[in-house]
Amino acid sequence: MSTKLKLDHLNIHFGANHAVKDTSMDIAENSVTAIIGPSGCGKSTVLRSINRMHDMTPAARVTGRIMLDDTDIYDRSVDPVAIRRRVGMVFQKPNPFPAMSIYDNVIAGYKLNGVLKRGDADEIVESSLKRVALWDEVKDRLRQSAVELSGGQQQRLCIARTVAVKPEVILMDEPASALDPISTLKIEELIEELKERYTIVIVTHNMQQAARVSDVTAFFYIGELIEMGETRKIFTNPEKKQTEDYITGRFG
Amino acid sequence: MEERLDTYAKKGNGDAIFRVITLLFAFSIIVILLIMTGEMVIESLPALRKFGWGFITGSDWDAVQGNFAALPYLYGSVVSSILAILLATPLSVGTALFITELAPHKVGTVTASLVELLAAIPSVIYGLWGILVMTPWLQSTVEPFLIKRFGFLPFFRGAPYGVSMLAAVFILMIMIIPIITSIAKEVLLAVPQSQKEAAVALGATRWEMIRIAVLPYGRSGILGAVILGLGRAIGETMAVTMVIGNTPQISLSLLSPAYTMPSVIANEFAETAGKLHASALMEIGLILLFVTLVINFLARLLLWSVTRRWKGGVA
Amino acid sequence: MNLKSLIARHTVNIVATLLMGAATLLVLFPLGIIFYHIIKTGFSTINPEFFIHIPKPTGETGGGMANGMAGSAIMIGMASLVGVPVGIFGAIYLTEYGIGRLATTIRFCADVLSGIPSIITGMVAYALIVVPLRGFSALAGSFALALIMIPIVLRTTEEQLKMVPVSLREASLALGVPLWRTSLKVTLRSALTGVITGILLAVARVSGETAPLLFTALGNQFWSRKLTEPMAALPLQIFNFAISPYEDWHRLAWAGALVLGVLMFGLSLAARWVGRSKHAG
Repeated sequence: MSTKLKLDHLNIHFGANHAVKDTSMDIAENSVTAIIGPSGCGKSTVLRSINRMHDMTPAARVTGRIMLDDTDIYDRSVDPVAIRRRVGMVFQKPNPFPAMSIYDNVIAGYKLNGVLKRGDADEIVESSLKRVALWDEVKDRLRQSAVELSGGQQQRLCIARTVAVKPEVILMDEPASALDPISTLKIEELIEELKERYTIVIVTHNMQQAARVSDVTAFFYIGELIEMGETRKIFTNPEKKQTEDYITGRFG
Repeated sequence: MEERLDTYAKKGNGDAIFRVITLLFAFSIIVILLIMTGEMVIESLPALRKFGWGFITGSDWDAVQGNFAALPYLYGSVVSSILAILLATPLSVGTALFITELAPHKVGTVTASLVELLAAIPSVIYGLWGILVMTPWLQSTVEPFLIKRFGFLPFFRGAPYGVSMLAAVFILMIMIIPIITSIAKEVLLAVPQSQKEAAVALGATRWEMIRIAVLPYGRSGILGAVILGLGRAIGETMAVTMVIGNTPQISLSLLSPAYTMPSVIANEFAETAGKLHASALMEIGLILLFVTLVINFLARLLLWSVTRRWKGGVA
Repeated sequence: MNLKSLIARHTVNIVATLLMGAATLLVLFPLGIIFYHIIKTGFSTINPEFFIHIPKPTGETGGGMANGMAGSAIMIGMASLVGVPVGIFGAIYLTEYGIGRLATTIRFCADVLSGIPSIITGMVAYALIVVPLRGFSALAGSFALALIMIPIVLRTTEEQLKMVPVSLREASLALGVPLWRTSLKVTLRSALTGVITGILLAVARVSGETAPLLFTALGNQFWSRKLTEPMAALPLQIFNFAISPYEDWHRLAWAGALVLGVLMFGLSLAARWVGRSKHAG
C-alpha cells in the first residue's frame, strides 16, 4: 500500500504550551490508523492539524510538514479550504446543522459552497446515506429536521455528510464516545466498510475500539509519539514500556 | 478512487477579501469616534481661542454682543444631574434588591420588565408628560407647599413657576432610575449564592444578609451603575429642555428656572447668530463630550472589574 | 442572645423590607401615570385623520402627523440601510478575528460611542452633512440616526454570534466550506433570530430619538419632496407641539406619543416573539 499521509517532524504549540513534539508518522492509503493515549496527550491536536483546523486558533503554531500525497498542506501556497475538501472530519459530538433537514444536511457541503447542481442532489443523498447504512432508516423522512434523529443516527448522518463531498481522507475524533453501545457497534462496522474507499485516521480513548477497527495503532503520551505499529502487535507485544503500561491499564 | 468534483477545484481568495471587508466595517467604529471627537474640537477652536478659560468661569451669554461664557449651563447640568442621582440611587438600589432578593421569582421578573419598559420610553415622551402634567402639578401643589414649609431655606425661595430646576431633577430622576436599577440588578445577581448562604447559616435575617453579604460584594458594581446613570443624566436633552425653563442663571433656589448644556444646544444650535455663536455651542458640546467620555470610561472600568464574564453590554 | 435584641433585629428587617417594596412602587408609579395620560388623551384625540393629514396652521382644529410618521419611517429606513450592515459585518469581524488589541479597542469604542449623548451626534451630523450641503435635510437626519444605530447593532450582533456553538462552525469548515461562507451561511444564519431581535430593538431605540434630528432633519410642516429638504419626524412634532401654547396641539402631541409608544411597544414585542421562536424550532 502506498503512503497517503506523511507527518514529518510535526510540532504544534499553543502559545507557550508545546502540545505535539517532533512527531513523524506514515499513514497508508485505504487503511485505518488509530491514535490512542491518555487524555491530554495531544492525539486530537495531531488529528486536527491534518485538515488545518488549528488555523482557527490564533495562538496555535504548527511547524514541520504534513504531506498529503505530494502536497505539503502547510505550504504557503496551499489553501486550507482546498485541503479540507480532500480531508474530511467527523467530530466527537454529532453536529448536524440544526436548521437543516436530513436531506439538506447530507448535501450541506455542496449547498454551503453554492455548487449544487440541480438533479444531482437526490443521487448524492441516496448514495451517501446508503454508504453509511442510514438510508433505510430515514428514507421516508428526509425532510424532517436532523435533530430529531437519535445520537447514533446523527453521527452516521455526519459521516454521510462528510463522504458526500468525496474526500480522500476521513479524520474521526472519538466518533463514538458520545454514543450508546449499539450505535458504537454500527459506527465501527461502518469504519470497516469505509476504508475500502477512504484513508481513515481515528482518535479514540477506547482501546478495545482501536483494537477492533484499526490496522495500525499509534500511541501518544504527553505530546510525543511513543510507538506506532501494526495494531495486533501494539496490543500483544508492544516494544515500549510506556505503551505496555497504558494498554494494560496501569495508567491513563 | 472516485472522481474529484471539478466545481471544488477553483481556488478563491474569498476569505482574504472577507477579512478585509469585515475589518473595514469594524474599523469604521474607531473612525467614527475619531471623526466625532476631531470635528467637535475643530468646530470649537474659534470659541476656544477667543474666550479661553473665561468660557467656563463667566456667566455672560449674549449672542448679539458676541460674548459667550457657559458657567450657568455647566452649573445647571451639574446640579440637576447630581441631585437626580442622589434621589435615584436609593430608589434604584431598593428596587434592584426587591427584584433580586425579595420578590418571588415571577413578581421579580414582571417588575424587571416594567423597569425595562420605563427605560425604553423616549425622552420626548417624558418631556411631554413633564411639561403638560408634572410641571403644572409642581406649580399648583408641590412648590407652594415647599415655599410655605421650607421657604426659610435658600433652596426653596421664590415664586412657583413650575418649570424649574426642581422639575428637571424630578424628570431626570425618573429617567435614570431604570438604567441604574437594571445594571444594579445584574451586579446583585452576580453575588455568589455561597456568600448569602453563609450569612443565612449564621442566623442573619434577610436584611442582615443583604447588608453583610450582598451589598459589600456589589458595592463597586453599583457605583459603576450610578456613574453610568450620571453620564446619562448629564447628556439628557429633550425632557430637561422641556421642563427646566431655559433661563441661564445661577440660583440656589431649586424653584428657579435654569438651563443645561444640552438644552442650550438644542434650543440655539439650529438658528445661530454667526460663526462664533455656533462655535461657542460646539465648545459646550465638546465639554459635554469630554465629561461623558470620562464618566463612561470610569463606569465601564468599574463594571468590568466586578463582573468580567459580563461583557459590558450595558446601556 | 436576649429576646429584646432579637425583636429589634426583626423589626429592622421588616422596616427594610417595607422600604424596598415602597421604593419599587415609587419607581413604577411614573410608568403607570405616564401610560395613563398617553392613553387617556391620546385615544380620545386619535382618529383616521391623524394618520392621513399633516398639521393644520395654528388656530384651525384637526390635522394630523402623517408627514411626521412618514418622515420617521423614511429616515429610520435609510439609517438602517447603513447602520445594520456596518454593525453586522463589524460584529462578524469581531467574532471571527476578534482577538487582540485592535478588536478590544473596537469593542471599547463601540461602548463609548453608545454612551455619547445623541445631541452631540446631531452636532457632528450638522457639521459633516448640513454645512456642506448648505441646508437641513432628511439625509443629515438619517446619517445621525445611523451613527447611533451602528454601535448598538454591532454589540448585540456580536453577543448573538458568539452564542453559536463552535461545533457548527467546525462542521462547516471541515466540509471544505470557506470561512466567509461559513460565517454567513452557518454562523450568521444560526444566530439570525437573535440578530433580528437586536436590530428591532435598535430601530425601536432610534425611532424615539429627537435631539439628533433637531438640527439635521429640522422638521417640516409639510410633505418633503426630496431627501435634501428638511423632513418632519414624529418625535420632532411631538416636541414642537408639546412646547406650543395651544391646547389643540397638546392633544395632537399626546396622540403622537401614543403612536410612538405603540410602535416601540410593537417593535419590542416583535423582538421578543422572534427571540422566542428560536427556542421553539
